[in-house]
Amino acid sequence: MTSWSAVVGSQCLSLHQGHLPTCLCVFQRMPAPIRLRELIRTIRTARTQAEEREMIQKECAAIRSSFREEDNTYRCRNVAKLLYMHMLGYPAHFGQLECLKLIASQKFTDKRIGYLGAMLLLDERQDVHLLMTNCIKNDLNHSTQYVQGLALCTLGCMGSSEMCRDLAGEVEKLLKTSNSYLRKKAALCAVHVIRKVPELMEMFLPATKNLLSEKNHGVLHTSVVLLTEMCERSPDMLSHFRKLVPQLVRILKNLIMSGYSPEHDVSGISDPFLQVRILRLLRILGRSDDDSSEAMNDILAQVATNTETSKNVGNAILYETVLTIMDIKSESGLRVLAINILGRFLLNNDKNIRYVALTSLLKTVQTDHNAVQRHRSTIVDCLKDLDVSIKRRAMELSFALVNGNNIRGMMKELLYFLDSCDPEFKADCASGVFLAAEKYAPSKRWHIDTIMRVLTTAGSYVRDDSVPNLIQLITNSVEMHAYTVQRLYKALLDDISQQPLVQVSSWCIGEYGDLLVSGQCEEEEPIQVTEDEVLDVLEGLLLSNLSTPVTRGYSLTAIMKLSTRFSSVNRIKKVVSVYGSSIDVELQQRAVEYNALFKKYDHMRPALLERMPIMEKTASNGPTEIVQTNGETEPSVPDTKHPPLVTQPANQANDLLDLLGGNDVVPVIQTTLPTKPASAGGELLDLLGDLSLSGGPAPAPVPSVPVSQPPFLLDGLSSQPLFTDIAAVIPPMTAYNKNGLKIEFTFERANPNPNIAVITIHATNTTEADMTEFVFQAAVPKTFQLQLLSPSSNIVPALNQGSITQIIRVLNPQKQQLRMRVKLTYTHKGLPVQDLAEVNNFPPQSWQ
Amino acid sequence: MQFMLLFSRQGKLRLQKWYVPQADKEKKKITRELVQTVLARKPKMCSFLEWRDLKVVYKRYASLYFCCAIEDQDNELITLEIIHRYVELLDKYFGSVCELDIIFNFEKAYFILDEFLLGGEAQETSKKNVLKAIEQADLLQENLDFQIRLFPAPS
Repeated sequence: MTSWSAVVGSQCLSLHQGHLPTCLCVFQRMPAPIRLRELIRTIRTARTQAEEREMIQKECAAIRSSFREEDNTYRCRNVAKLLYMHMLGYPAHFGQLECLKLIASQKFTDKRIGYLGAMLLLDERQDVHLLMTNCIKNDLNHSTQYVQGLALCTLGCMGSSEMCRDLAGEVEKLLKTSNSYLRKKAALCAVHVIRKVPELMEMFLPATKNLLSEKNHGVLHTSVVLLTEMCERSPDMLSHFRKLVPQLVRILKNLIMSGYSPEHDVSGISDPFLQVRILRLLRILGRSDDDSSEAMNDILAQVATNTETSKNVGNAILYETVLTIMDIKSESGLRVLAINILGRFLLNNDKNIRYVALTSLLKTVQTDHNAVQRHRSTIVDCLKDLDVSIKRRAMELSFALVNGNNIRGMMKELLYFLDSCDPEFKADCASGVFLAAEKYAPSKRWHIDTIMRVLTTAGSYVRDDSVPNLIQLITNSVEMHAYTVQRLYKALLDDISQQPLVQVSSWCIGEYGDLLVSGQCEEEEPIQVTEDEVLDVLEGLLLSNLSTPVTRGYSLTAIMKLSTRFSSVNRIKKVVSVYGSSIDVELQQRAVEYNALFKKYDHMRPALLERMPIMEKTASNGPTEIVQTNGETEPSVPDTKHPPLVTQPANQANDLLDLLGGNDVVPVIQTTLPTKPASAGGELLDLLGDLSLSGGPAPAPVPSVPVSQPPFLLDGLSSQPLFTDIAAVIPPMTAYNKNGLKIEFTFERANPNPNIAVITIHATNTTEADMTEFVFQAAVPKTFQLQLLSPSSNIVPALNQGSITQIIRVLNPQKQQLRMRVKLTYTHKGLPVQDLAEVNNFPPQSWQ
Repeated sequence: MQFMLLFSRQGKLRLQKWYVPQADKEKKKITRELVQTVLARKPKMCSFLEWRDLKVVYKRYASLYFCCAIEDQDNELITLEIIHRYVELLDKYFGSVCELDIIFNFEKAYFILDEFLLGGEAQETSKKNVLKAIEQADLLQENLDFQIRLFPAPS
């Protein structure tokens, strides 16, 4: 109640004299708004969110009406309360203008809260942000430095570009003042102005003249920050400020050599903040400049050797020193010193220090490889650290350090790590191991063993594209075939849950099953296994719930291949015919085709299923294919004889999605095709299209096997699509016709699945110049699935002299209206052309 | 520094200082996600984590987490020192500061922060000077107000 009288008193004084009765009435209407701390206390008693919300709403209403009544006395208190509620997450925009009023007030309390409110509620995205400008301008020239300080702080934290433009002059003025309290703030304010309006940087140049002669550490620190900002943004500034190197070196030296200074001391080190900033500025000045680098050489060595390392603060300085040494043109002795510091960091008990050491070493491992190698064992020890970030860094660094000399030892450690690490690391680690093994394997046997180890311990995390790579590797290690298949077979007996392992194993057993049963292994004790046992295992894979459809495809094909290697042909025939009625479309296709091989093409069977030749390695991610490329990869020139064998993961499909811009369309989904059999399915399907229709025209003969093929070509079968118009009851359509490029779609129903429409595109060119590097891409809505097979070529000859054909298969289980977005890219008369189009005129028979 | 957040072990925000403009919605999202991430960290883990494209430095003092998001070229270890310095300033000002002090006097916590950092960088490396400035400003607050109460400005 004592506050009452004070309030009454001040109100009376501020209102006109002679209106006392009205004053009293006003007071009776309007109780004082509760104090800030009172409100906080009250809100904290709320037991539920709902209760809190109710209190807040009530108070907000009171505050709003208080604002409406233009109450000057309590505006500050009300805004403060509003800011508290804002921090709790409640809206406070109705207080924005009130903040402006507070800033304009002459009371220091008002300004303090007003500027705080502005910084919290009035950022540059708000409409009323600019209204602050004038107030800030006035306050920058206020007679009280603390008011000027408030203005500088606000401007320097959140001033918009326009505000900065308007007030840069004031800031520049204050940068030249002798008042260090203001000068230091002006320097940081200038940094903000430069960040927002880089063109204004020049105007601050004169004021920087004697910034470094200041004794005041606050000014020194902020000046160094300002100089750093300017040097980073402008090469001219950088050259201009290079002359400051001696002065900076001197200041740093004083800091190190000077005795205990209580004001700036942190655990025995004098002003570590300033030291770190100077070191950072020196880094920028010394970078790519020999003279500057030389001038700072001594001081860097001094800091590196003399800084106390028992506490974080000393290590912070050492860390910055190391970064500087590594970045400038330092002599080799200094660099070795730096790396050794990092090596010592690795042994530090403090995990933060270990973390920054690993991060820094990762940065320098390319340039200072040998020096980092010396710390290899410590780095490898970090693989066992408990901290996830440290483990990851250590893993990356370990892989970077693997070379021909240390491969055996390193691999042991890395494989051990792979065994025990968290799932989030396994995929990366496995890939890293494969890469390292490929590069540095000391022997083929070692290589195979390493792969086996990865597949058996982290088999489910191995990336999809590893499977074809591994298969290729195995194929090429001819003398290890028996050993490999034996080991893989044994692994299968233990565990059939890890799909990549199972897939590679199936493939190998299919290829080298004969070696397996004949017990030819040299590398280790050959196992005794019968043909039936092998077939049992493979059939087990087909039946197991653990096997994915892709795996099943592998095992079925493997079983088929064994028909030319084993004598139990009848058993194999039986299996194949059983799966001829599998509900899995892929398996069914294969089984039917293999059946056909037995029945009608038995004379070709041995040739088709014979041993794979040694494969040439193409790109490291498997053969690329024009059909499904993301925007970035170079499409390889497709060979017409090669079937689509894209092994690109789903994320590339999403890139296509982005290219076509739609998010209701599903990207072209390639069947995961690391397996040759999968593509065989595609081609054989067409082959069978002829066969299963009784009385159809004689199918074209299967063309002979091209000798050198990229990996994963189906056992010798050519990919020449044998497309006939047998079911051509669906009329063809023109999908695209522009600029001389015409694309026609012809249709066929895929047998036996009527939900699949098979479309052949025919691209022709009426202009006088060829269209080269032609790429056709397509995407369909979500309910569809689309498969794009390889095109016949990538050149559309001029003047209709030929065409490109390409097959699209569309799965439309919901029988929805077919729509497609296509993207065409090609080069015409030397210029790249790109076009997007919607294709909506599909004849109803194609999707009904 | 891009921003600094102070929050309790229950994830309640006690202070937020943004040095880079963000939409309100975005601020809330960032806060929510980062608080979750930091609170999920085990005590044995290091004080640094990579989050989005920023480096986050955090340290727990009693029941409060101090969390800073810094840029790639900033020194993580010195940021820990910055955080520590701020805590020391609060401690000196409030006398053995605890979370309740920050809750009930949040505006003071902001004033102190704004006297120590400006635009995300340290403006004063002397503890004494920062505290002196705050002290003077507090005095100014009382004096000027007092003066106005007794001696109103001529109308």
